Amino acid sequence: MKKKIRIGGGAGFSGDRLEPAVVLAEKGRLDYLILECLAERTIALAQKRKHADPSKGYDPLLERRMRLLLPHLVKNEVRLITNMGAANPLAAADRVLEIAKELHLSVKVVAVTGDDVFAQIDPAQQAMETGRPLKEAGQLLSANAYIGIEAILPALQSGADIIVTGRVADPSLFLAPMVHEFGWKTDDYDLLGKGTVIGHLLECAGQITGGYFMDPGKKEVPDPAHLGFPFADVDADGSATISKVEGTGGAVNLMTAKEQLLYEVVNPHEYYTPDVIADFTSVKLKEIGKDMVQVSGGGGKARPATFKVSVGYQAFWLGEGEISYAGTNSLQKAKLAGQIVEERLKDRMDDLRVDYVGLNAIFRGAFDQQSEPAEVRLRVAGKAQTMEMAALVGEEVEALYTNGPAGGGGARKYVNEVVGIVSILMDRSKVKSYVTLKES
Amino acid sequence: MKLYDIAHSRAGDKGNTSTLSLIPYSETDYPMLCEKVTVQAVSKHMEGIVKGKIIRYEMPNVSSLLFVCEKALLSGVTTSLALDAHGKSLSSALLEMEI
Repeated sequence: MKKKIRIGGGAGFSGDRLEPAVVLAEKGRLDYLILECLAERTIALAQKRKHADPSKGYDPLLERRMRLLLPHLVKNEVRLITNMGAANPLAAADRVLEIAKELHLSVKVVAVTGDDVFAQIDPAQQAMETGRPLKEAGQLLSANAYIGIEAILPALQSGADIIVTGRVADPSLFLAPMVHEFGWKTDDYDLLGKGTVIGHLLECAGQITGGYFMDPGKKEVPDPAHLGFPFADVDADGSATISKVEGTGGAVNLMTAKEQLLYEVVNPHEYYTPDVIADFTSVKLKEIGKDMVQVSGGGGKARPATFKVSVGYQAFWLGEGEISYAGTNSLQKAKLAGQIVEERLKDRMDDLRVDYVGLNAIFRGAFDQQSEPAEVRLRVAGKAQTMEMAALVGEEVEALYTNGPAGGGGARKYVNEVVGIVSILMDRSKVKSYVTLKES
Repeated sequence: MKLYDIAHSRAGDKGNTSTLSLIPYSETDYPMLCEKVTVQAVSKHMEGIVKGKIIRYEMPNVSSLLFVCEKALLSGVTTSLALDAHGKSLSSALLEMEI
């Protein structure tokens, strides 16, 4: 059993930057690199791609990331765990193997499956958010359980170099190698809680190294253009030191660590994962050097009896249009334009929203606006059941060029299919996970 | 003074709930924030944005407060028509509060 391992966080969302993970793999002296790339809705959208083409349905950046990372991972013996499998971990594993062959690299790839529980859900079951039966939300597209370390551990035991999963709870991606390397018991909830805290700190990658943190004059971060991503030196006792590769931009300090510790936490006494209910209120953070924060404490209690399942459904089509007005009276011109579009569309949309970007689009008019902005961007958004109807929003905004107030410019229009998410709980016994080995 | 002058914040989202941390630059300001930035005060300040209940968690271990705001995201990330559907910028709304 190891006494200490180094785990890097190389992606915080599907579209995250590619280079910082390469720096980690190349120069980070890592044991493990984790790429967390699945947001709530990502998997439902991936499921749609898989329906259209059964060889797809994994993360769209998988190929680009793997081409860059594989040579360093193999050379430096870094094991990779990623949820880039999205709706199709098996196809993703095949693709990783193909890329390895092209690069003349030999790797052992394992796909972890079992999170897809679409066949097991009961459409009559009530959604947690709405209290209404799932089927009433709309056409159901996907159902994925947030599975945990127990699904990943067999893959680690198999000696896999690259582990590709679908939906796994984010901190579990980080906790699994700790449990594997330190021989932690899967019912030692104190250690699992501590490890989950460390995973939570790393899972958004740059969000603990100064990304999403900077505020000029208040919270400065050096060399932000070359922001480095984090790693943790984890001890077998469940404490860790968070840092980043020397020479990269960004900062790891008490402020960045606190912001990330509290990020997306709805109850710091009980942070639910499939592995443990972790306690964040006993976590201690301490700066112990430049860009080094020590994490200790934290704990946990017995894991929940159920898995959370995210169910994706076809919600509606979103149509959007934008156009700008500038100079004297620009706000009044934008407001007139908004009224005109609203009148032209109001009977044809399920829902319509008019924002004045620069004035009330973010705070929704909650606070008094003192001065007239130098320029205003009208934004109109509408819900419709078909793409054609949703497209009317952008068409009407664009048509303001010749049918609206003077001086409008920079019109843009967008139409997007919107997938909604609701949740249910599923008994653990109904969810079985599998590992599939692919070797070159 | 505004909260912005003495504290920083990051917003997170879960469904239609927005989580807002409040972290003083100086840990010695933590007791004062506990006293002044009450659920009642935040509810009043955010009344144009947060339509549901607000729960405040005190975290003396990191000298920080956490506000969990229900019905804050116009039905939630996945189905809202808002420009900032995640309410990512709502951290800045909290910091606008005068104390």
